[in-house]
Amino acid sequence: MTKEKKEQVVKKEKKEQAVENLQEEEVILEDNRKVVLMQGNEAVARGALAAGLDFYAGYPITPSTEIAEILSEELPKIGGKFIQMEDEIASICAIIGASLAGAKAMTATSGPGFSLMQEGIGFAKATETPCVVVDVQRGGVSTGLPTKPSQGDIMQSKWGSHGDNPAIVLYPHTVKECYELAIRAINLSEKYRTCVTLLLDEVLGHMREAVRLPDISNVRIINRLRPTVPPEWYKHYDENQKYLSPVASYGEGYRFHVTGLAHDSQGFPTNKANEVAAQMKRLKRKITHNIRDLVQIESYMMEDANIAIFAVGICARSAKAAIKAAREDGIQVGLLRPITIWPFPDDAVRKMLRDVDIIIVPELNEGQLITELHRLTKDKADGKIIPIQRSDGEMITPTHILRVIKEAH
Amino acid sequence: MSDVFRKEVRFSGSGGQGLILDGIVLARAGVLDKFKVTQTQSYGPESRGGSSRADTIISEGDIFYPEAQNIDILIALTQTACDKFIYEMKEDGVLIVDNNLVKNISVSIGKIYEEPFTEITLEKLGTELPTNIVVLSFMVKITKLVTEKSLEQAICDSVKPMHKELNIKAMNLGFEIAKKYL
Repeated sequence: MTKEKKEQVVKKEKKEQAVENLQEEEVILEDNRKVVLMQGNEAVARGALAAGLDFYAGYPITPSTEIAEILSEELPKIGGKFIQMEDEIASICAIIGASLAGAKAMTATSGPGFSLMQEGIGFAKATETPCVVVDVQRGGVSTGLPTKPSQGDIMQSKWGSHGDNPAIVLYPHTVKECYELAIRAINLSEKYRTCVTLLLDEVLGHMREAVRLPDISNVRIINRLRPTVPPEWYKHYDENQKYLSPVASYGEGYRFHVTGLAHDSQGFPTNKANEVAAQMKRLKRKITHNIRDLVQIESYMMEDANIAIFAVGICARSAKAAIKAAREDGIQVGLLRPITIWPFPDDAVRKMLRDVDIIIVPELNEGQLITELHRLTKDKADGKIIPIQRSDGEMITPTHILRVIKEAH
Repeated sequence: MSDVFRKEVRFSGSGGQGLILDGIVLARAGVLDKFKVTQTQSYGPESRGGSSRADTIISEGDIFYPEAQNIDILIALTQTACDKFIYEMKEDGVLIVDNNLVKNISVSIGKIYEEPFTEITLEKLGTELPTNIVVLSFMVKITKLVTEKSLEQAICDSVKPMHKELNIKAMNLGFEIAKKYL
């Protein structure tokens, strides 16, 4: 065995052991899966580790700080790297660099830092460099409300970076889902060679919940495709039929150029229309040709519903509580919850718009998700879509949603 | 909303009284007793000296909304906290206060327990620091919300090893104070 291989084996063993060590306060159930009390932010960190995270660079910010805190302890144990950077711009650049060198890399932040990272996020997308940005949203514009919930970054997570860039954004609503979607975010970033965003609500990041974690050996891990050709044949942007191409790491003998400028298949700047068009087409089609793989939705009690609630994150939890109460009064109401918010689940939403009479859209902002519903329907003025919007740092309660359901019924 | 077992507990007082730890310990004990559990808390400046709160919901069914809305059990260790949250209680709820710190209870509530918890803790244990565990254990003994075994395990899992002994003493003190009501 070569020295390098030995190191890899040792690293792998260390990693497996570290993952086992994580389960400290566990309760073993009859079916051998473990229940733990865990915070949403902690679940994100643990999920990322389970997905094979090697590298984290970040600048701590409430309400995301626990993610950095936990990874600063756990990453060194498995031979990974944790760096606290001087700011968020440096953080996003550091994870892009680490990823180009072959690491699975992530950073976490909140709104103000997410704004600073937008240029880097665009660069990661243009250069097709896998990485994950977690945005635990806080209230308000600018530095706003550090400790209060908001869903104000829904549109920023799609349009924050300039140019027509592809967006994959996942949105959990339970602590368990934080764990699962952290794994999925890293998997998707590796598979599609792009920057994937995980959006959390402040409440979810900070709340603790009893979670039954999946058996670590059953977790599906996706690693980026590696080149199989000799270095002299390698093209850094070489697409197969699904617009996903192998990627070499720096230091392996493969030569490629990385630039945010429009580039050809070797990565060198170009302004030839056909080469630029090929890049833009690839960026677009990696999303549009893989919608089925990317889009996930939860349909809750929608089978017989004539009123639907369309919500994400913590608002979906309030909605479920309201639905339970409304159903006890015989009101046929259900919930459609996008788990992937970008790309937007157009087909499922069109079906909902066809199937129900009323759609209630509770969101902790001044109307972001709702504009997508308006995009997909012609009759937005007829009162079919009812907004519930709140941006004062407080949550939308089940009672509030229930009242609107009863008024609409 | 239905017959499924579900209790909403709020620990309230001022920052530094250990109320958030109470919320976490109770949540851990709930997990050990195989309930579904959520735990939330106030963050921000209030958790560093002003008013502080921690909510733990323990349920046999799914918990969707994670904050207490109809409080079954309120623990109030300051007058301000009691005045603020008593109106969010169920009529048949259980209110537990430190009667040296809470003098006026403005609304009639199902069951009210008033004990000088902080004073007793200082007197019996030589420090008032573990008052939070005394109150929590008192509540568990009275309400039987979680088993005593799980509570003990949860305390041991939540405090540093060097503080374990003191906190177990505090737990037993809480049980002791509760005895006269049983």
